[in-house]
Amino acid sequence: MIRHPKDFWSGLIFMAAGLAAAVVARDYPMGSALRMGPAYFPTILGALLALIGVAVVIRSFVTPGERIAGFAWKPLAYVTIATILFGVVVRGGGLAVALVTLVMLSAWASRSFRWAPTIALAIGLTVFSILVFVKTLGLTMTVLGAWLGG
Amino acid sequence: MDLLANLLVGIEAALTPLNLFYCLAGVFVGTLVGVLPGLGPVATIAMLLPATFALPPVSALIMLAGIYYGAQYGGSTTAILVNLPGETSSVVTALDGYQMARQGRAGVALATAAIGSFVAGTFATIVLAVAAPPLANIALKFGPAEYFSLMVLGLVASVVLASGSLLKAIGMIVLGLLLGLVGTDVQSGTERYTFGIPQIADGIGFVVVAMGMFGLGEIVRNLEREGGVTLLVRKVTNLMPTRADVKRMVAPIVRGTLLGSALGILPGGGAMLASFASYSLEKKVSRHGSEFGKGAIEGVAGPESANNAGAQTSFIPMLTLGIPSNPVMALMIGAMIIQGIQPGPSVMVEQPRLFWGLIVSMWIGNLFLVVLNLPLIGLWVRLCAVPYHLLYPAILVFCAIGVYSVNNTEFDVYLMALFGVLGYVFAKLECEPAPMLLGFILGPMMEEYLRRALLLSRGDPMVLLVRPISATILVMAALALIVVLSPAIRKKRQAAFAEDL
Repeated sequence: MIRHPKDFWSGLIFMAAGLAAAVVARDYPMGSALRMGPAYFPTILGALLALIGVAVVIRSFVTPGERIAGFAWKPLAYVTIATILFGVVVRGGGLAVALVTLVMLSAWASRSFRWAPTIALAIGLTVFSILVFVKTLGLTMTVLGAWLGG
Repeated sequence: MDLLANLLVGIEAALTPLNLFYCLAGVFVGTLVGVLPGLGPVATIAMLLPATFALPPVSALIMLAGIYYGAQYGGSTTAILVNLPGETSSVVTALDGYQMARQGRAGVALATAAIGSFVAGTFATIVLAVAAPPLANIALKFGPAEYFSLMVLGLVASVVLASGSLLKAIGMIVLGLLLGLVGTDVQSGTERYTFGIPQIADGIGFVVVAMGMFGLGEIVRNLEREGGVTLLVRKVTNLMPTRADVKRMVAPIVRGTLLGSALGILPGGGAMLASFASYSLEKKVSRHGSEFGKGAIEGVAGPESANNAGAQTSFIPMLTLGIPSNPVMALMIGAMIIQGIQPGPSVMVEQPRLFWGLIVSMWIGNLFLVVLNLPLIGLWVRLCAVPYHLLYPAILVFCAIGVYSVNNTEFDVYLMALFGVLGYVFAKLECEPAPMLLGFILGPMMEEYLRRALLLSRGDPMVLLVRPISATILVMAALALIVVLSPAIRKKRQAAFAEDL
């Protein structure tokens, strides 16, 4: 019986990551202790991480702990998707389009979302960012991208 | 006097108009993020790092340092006025500070925090100036074996003093070490764990990891428990403490300063631990013990001095040994590497202007904090009330632009989103992100030192235990682990973190 779900899943992640690291490292030259190859250190670390994972999993059967509280799917999804969309849009659409997308979409994640202040915020942040980052600090970013004929 | 000559170098470097400006900018931004709940110094420094790449190294580090100790100061304002710690290090300040505000003594509480911070900052600057050179001189004699062991100690210590499960924290460190190895191996030129993706051939950017885990991950965590903020005080008047107040705050400030300075030097120490320890201490020694939690001025004076002192002395291991004691120092090391400076004891010798300029700037920064912030208190009060739903889209904007601008690649933005999800998942599983970031920064360095140590010893790993300094350091690391794992201490440790909250 799993008595500590948080530990159980943490342990599984550690085990998987450690094993993956060690297995992938088999493709690299191991070398010797005298001349450590690229696989040497990651293999040690991977094995160590997997062992820690095993220990944490075993402990999760012994020591009880809280359940994992429900995931906040909505904020997680909006924040993540908004960030990814920024990346998708920033080159072709330009910084202005990307920022408005990012602010509007991410603001949806909040329970206190309201249209008027969010639109004002989006415009304000976009103007501010363009003035500060592009005009003043001179970052090489297009304000309006090729998609908009910029 | 060596010290005086050194300080003169520092004064010369710190007092240029440009560096004064960046010092001021740093403490201003630091206070700002300290005041705003839900935005921490790690995320802020990560966001602003890209903007500092173009600056000279001295100015960049002066500003980043200013953000860190400025945030300690700003955090207290929010703690006192809205009972929300703006920073983790101000958690205990909220206990008595907020009660003082409810009794109409918000101004006195704020002034106490300011005075305490300034005294502590001044003292910690002197500690830094006096303690750093001898430490760096010892460290200059270290070989690769000693460095490897030192990093092991640093990583171990960073988790034994933290709260939560020790085993999981160590797991996070190792995970961080592994992530740090992604990219081209310097020795052989082999690409490791890149899966043919050219954007990570040079490794994963630490700005990406820091912003993802501490910026995006935090935002989702905050949105999860989103709630309204009620501002207690709209106008702060009467900043002057009474004669009785001053009498009661002197001893706690002195104790907090000493305690904070000492705890800050420890790897894994820093501001948060210092403030917790100081509060417990004050509660024990105070003659007004029963007033604690009901607006005792000692409960503000002690922790606020301690966290500022700790924030500053935590620069000592970073500057002299190149070892980060907390995530902010890890970012500072990252900033130095990007500026082309190899962190470690040689910084003091090769970059005296940077080293001493940074130290002197801390004292100047503390002066700025007092001079600027008490008059500006009205502004900070209003900022305390900025609702989170208007704040986090702005944080996202800075993160996105910042991470994109480093290499001008969308890939980094996607990677940051991925680390955001990871950060949130780990938070759900109660796995601390801070040890992972430390491991991430130290991973490549540790491999390099281990490689050199083993090369010098002809492949004999016993070198780590045969060389006396290296052995001593490793024994200390082992002792730290054993002590924390022993059942009696374990209970105490859990109690210590639970007690005051």
